[in-house]
This record gives sequence, C-alpha cells and structure tokens, in this order.
Amino acid sequence: MLVTVKLFASLTRFLPAGASGNEARVEVEQTMSLESLIARLGLPHEQCHLVLVNGAYIEPSRRAVVVLRPEDVIAVWPNVAGG
Amino acid sequence: MSWTRKLLRVDLDARTCGAEPLNMEWAERYIGQRGLASKYLSEEVDPKVDPLSPANKLIFATGPLTGTAASTGGRYSVVTKGPLTGTIACSNSGGFFGAELKFAGWDMIIFEGRSEEPLYLCIENDRAQLLPAAELWGRSVWETEALIRKRHGDPQLRIASIGRAGETGCLFAGVVNDLHRAAGRTGVGAVMGAKNLKAVAVRGTLGVKVADPKAFMAAVAEGKAKLATNPVTSQGLPTYGTQVLVNVINEAGAFPTRNGRDVQFEGARRISAEAMHEKRPTDGKPNLLRNGACFGCTIACGRISQIDRGHFSVKDKPRYWEPSGGLEYEAAWALGAATGVDDLEALTYVNYLCNEHGMDPITLGATIGAAMELYEIGAIPANETGGLKLTFGSAEALCKAAELCGTGEGFGREIALGSKRLCEKYGHPDLSMTVKGQEFPAYDPRGIQGIGLEYATSNRGACHVRGYTISSEILATPVKTDPLVTEGKAELCKAFQDATAVVDSAGICLFSTFAWGIPDIAPQIEAACGGKWPVERLIETGERIWNLERKFNLAAGFSAKDDTLPKRILKEAAKTGPAKGKVNRLHEMLPEYYKARGWTADGIPSNRTLERLAL
Ligand code: SF4
Repeated sequence: MLVTVKLFASLTRFLPAGASGNEARVEVEQTMSLESLIARLGLPHEQCHLVLVNGAYIEPSRRAVVVLRPEDVIAVWPNVAGG
Repeated sequence: MSWTRKLLRVDLDARTCGAEPLNMEWAERYIGQRGLASKYLSEEVDPKVDPLSPANKLIFATGPLTGTAASTGGRYSVVTKGPLTGTIACSNSGGFFGAELKFAGWDMIIFEGRSEEPLYLCIENDRAQLLPAAELWGRSVWETEALIRKRHGDPQLRIASIGRAGETGCLFAGVVNDLHRAAGRTGVGAVMGAKNLKAVAVRGTLGVKVADPKAFMAAVAEGKAKLATNPVTSQGLPTYGTQVLVNVINEAGAFPTRNGRDVQFEGARRISAEAMHEKRPTDGKPNLLRNGACFGCTIACGRISQIDRGHFSVKDKPRYWEPSGGLEYEAAWALGAATGVDDLEALTYVNYLCNEHGMDPITLGATIGAAMELYEIGAIPANETGGLKLTFGSAEALCKAAELCGTGEGFGREIALGSKRLCEKYGHPDLSMTVKGQEFPAYDPRGIQGIGLEYATSNRGACHVRGYTISSEILATPVKTDPLVTEGKAELCKAFQDATAVVDSAGICLFSTFAWGIPDIAPQIEAACGGKWPVERLIETGERIWNLERKFNLAAGFSAKDDTLPKRILKEAAKTGPAKGKVNRLHEMLPEYYKARGWTADGIPSNRTLERLAL
C-alpha cells in the first residue's frame, strides 16, 4: 500500500529518491508500524521530535504500536519552534 | 545593580527633557520594561483617555538585563494606551536600540503631551534634546535613519522611528528600530505619530553595571551553554527561523487561511522556511541570504533575505534590491495564508514595506484578508477600491493594498483602520478575526484550543506572545498537551502568561524560553539586580503584572464579555485536518481560567487576589 511521507527542516535530507518538495510517496507493507517506517527511512530517533500521522501527534511510546493504513500522511520534524 | 535608576521625562508641549530617579520600590515589584512601564502608565494615565490625544503617554522602557552580557539582552518595550484596541498596549522589540538607550544611562523615557510641530529626540548619554523634524516628516523609516545619522555625523547612532503609517494615523503603525526590528503590534507607532514625534536617536557610552559581576558572569555562561546545546536555540531557530512553523501548523490543521474560512493552506509549502532555502528557478538564488542576531543574542533567529530583482513587485525599484529583514512566521502567515497568496517574493516585498513604512504585518495581512472576503461577497463595492481587485490569492492586490496603506493613500486609508473597523463599516462585523480589536496571529483556535483561551484573555487583544501555549500544545515543549482538548488549558494558559510577563519585563527575548525556564533566568536577574529573586518571587511578579494590566483594561471599560472569540471560531467548524468538524470550546475553559486567576465569575480580580499580589 502507499503512504505519503513528509520530512521537514533538517530531516529533509532523509527524503527518499523521487521526492518532490518535502514529500514522497512510499510503498509499505500492510502491517507496518510507524516505528518501522521511521527506521526504514533512516531517521535518527532522537531527531524525530514531532511525528504526526494525518496531522495528529503520536507520542514516542506509541510509535511502535501505531499501524499504518493506506494513504496515511506521516510528517516528521526535529525539535523546532517559532513564534 | 543593572537598572540605571534614572528615567527621562520628555514634555512635548513645553519641549523640555528632564531626568528623574526611577521609582525603585516599583522596580522591585515590577522588574522593568513591560511590567514597570505598565505601572507608570497605570499611575499616570487615566485608562479612559483617548489613545491619540495628548493626555495619553508613550513609554520606551528597557529591562534590567537589557544591555548586559545576558544572551538576548537587547530588548525594549513601547507601552501606552493602544489606539487599535483601547486596551493597555505593549510592544516589544530587539535589534540594538534598547541596549544603546541603557548605555546612555536611561532605563526609560516617558513622552507626554503633543508637540505643535514634528520633533525628534536625540540622546547622547546625559544630554537629551528635542530637535526639529520637519524635513524628516513624510519620510520612511529607512530614510529617517540615514538622515539623522548624516545630520549628526554619527554612523553609530541607534534610531527608533515611525514611517508614514505612523504619521498618517494607521491604527496598527509600529515603531521600527535598526531598519527592520519593530515594536510592531498594537499601534504604538500611531500614538507616536499623534504626538508629532518622528524618532528617537540614541548614542550611549556609559555601559551597564551589574550587582554581582562574578555571579552574573557565571549565571550568564550557564545560560549561554544551555542555548548552545538545545536543538531549537542552537540549530532550529538559526537555520530555519520562526518560519519553520509554516508546515508544522498547516499539517496540524490550525493555519488560518483566507480570513479563517479554511484551516489549511494549499500554498503553505511555497511560503515556508524550507522554500526560503531553495534556489529560485528565476535567478538561481535562494530568498534567504543568511541569519542575523539582535544585540547580545546567541540564538540569531533573524532572517536576511533578498528579493528576485526581476519580480514584478520590485522591478525598477532598486531600494528593495538590497538584503533586508526577511519573513518571520507571523508575517509569512498573515501576508500569505490569510490572503491566500503563495508568492514568496511578493510576501517578502510586503514585509519590507512594513519595515519601511512602520506597519504591523500581522494586522496588515489579516486586514487585507478580511477586505478580500468583504470584496468577494460584494460587501465592498468594486467602485470603492480605486480599481483594486481584492480577490483572495492575488499577489498584485496584496502588494498594492500594502503600498497604499503604508503611505496612507486611497483605499489604503480603509485598510489602515484594521479589520474590526473595516468590517463594521462594510456591515459584516463578524468577519473580523479579532479579539478586543486586535487581529489573530497565525494559529487557528479551532485546531488548538488553549491558544483560543489565550487570545480571548490577552491583555492587549488577540496575541500569541502573551502566553505561547503552542509550545506545549503543538511543539511538545516543555511537555506535550493535546491541542484538541480543553481540560487543563486554563492553568496552562495562566502559567505561560505569568512566566511571559517576567521575560518581557527583564530585557530578554521570549525565544530564549525554548531552552530556558524561569529557573534559568532567575540567577541572571538576581546577580544583575541584587537582592533575592527566587523563582517564586518572579512568577508572583508575572502574575502581579498580568493583574495590573487587567485592572487598567477594566477601568478603561472592558469586561468579561470582551473575553471572547469571533463567531466564526465559535460556530463555524474547521473543514479539514485533525480538527475537522470542531470549533473552539472557549466556554469550557474561561470559567476555569477566571477561577485559576482568583477572579470572580465576571472576570474581575477578587479583593483577596489583589491583596495577595499587593495591588
Ligand atoms: S532570538 Fe531572534 S528575535 Fe530574539 S533576540 Fe535573538 S535574534 Fe532577536
């Protein structure tokens, strides 16, 4: 199944080939967890500060149990802030 | 101790300047800057005064850490009764002006009255004089700075001035210093213009003393080490600036778009920090040139941009070709998403206009967004705009409307009223996205509940930097709370508001708090000021300042009924994103908030609260 991965700020460099702007379409297995996807993308754990699935924040402790669904949008940022 | 213990009182009617000892009893209870200036204003100005009348006063105030070695210690605030809202107004700026004022030996300047003709104040250490500004009147902020330096033959003068917006009575005119740093919000520049005061120029060589230099240097070094290792203050802000939030808030479904009709903007990425780093297809250069820092700041979040010379907005206008202050998050949102415009170069140009003419980009963008909605529904007749086609998404309309507003011409005079008065005038008051007359910043309260409470209760009208609950609700700093939940938001909001009042009164930048808590700031204040400044005392001081401001507003005629949000936010559900189907549930938070503050159910500080805070 396909999901959309969006990586921002300093994580932009981890976008897979074929990405456009800050997003890429990624083929994943049916039962893949959020944590496995993060590992497959090679994102350093300590830099995955904000992880949103369809805009909703997923706590670090829940990333292993959240299973991806088709067309999910996963967005990841390092620790950032603004005003 | 790091107060100079001296203030300068300037009588614009009599054209006199006089030194006065700072009221140290008040300084001990209100610290400085926002808190102390609010105390002076409350004592000296009738809260019912017309903000643009000579009876209003205008205060420029530094904090005890301004001009010291503390990181980000370059801040000053402009405090007055605000013309946009009628509330107490306080607007904070960085750059170098604040530190220079302190070096000249002044904690504060109080302007009173109104001059018959344009003047500017020039301070060289102890010597302060009012000088004629006839040839500066009608000039932009940029021209004014250059002319004053030339006249005095001193390239090191630091200058804070108003542009044409402040002169022509734009109700959201700001005071701009160092070309592109601004006390931007609440219309403090309009008060300055109404007083016929064009600029304040300062040169100071006296330095700042601290109470315990050894302890101070140790506390400062510890603070700086924290900023240097925190990922936000050492990497995120210097590299991406506040602008990094565009994609975050858009993905979270809380990016107010087209005057709040939508909560997500399809063009968000094109106006984001990431886009500012990319090479433009037109000239192969990125919009962002480099970062920049205010006085003494080791974070350096500032954006220095350069517009594509071939872009329609700056074609044949070389003064906009030079590098200058680029887009921050709030400006990019207001000028972009609120108007539906996704042209990064056009937004950068309008941001330059805000600096050049002295306007608040948040209120400007939000008001143009409101005007676009009024135009699209036919409430503003096409023949009233002087040919301006105010449609959502039009970069040309945005640029033109901003130019006219900056110089106070044509339909720009309507924009200069702000969206509340504009929407009332054209028969749709509900379309103004304001609280107490001031426009929302860049977070939609349908998608982030706590910030709605903060907008509703902010003492200067809708504002995010009075209590930045976004830190917790979205950015998971210091702890994550669910943005869609109302429970616990009353206490969260109060905690952020009280702590922020401390930061704003100390002379340092709010952005330091992405790494620092009050326990990191307390030892710096204590070593600088002398005496004991434990965390509890500081937090109580923050609460005292908040209640003092509230008392001013109540006396000015505001009441609990003004602690509300626009109908759109309370009744029209978000259409997309995680908050789809949701509105802001202010009614669940506000009574709890009043209780947490020790106020009556009518939002009035109880006698017990006032006694506890010695008010
Ligand atoms: S963090 Fe940014 S706004 Fe704050 S003092 Fe530093 S450069 Fe100025």
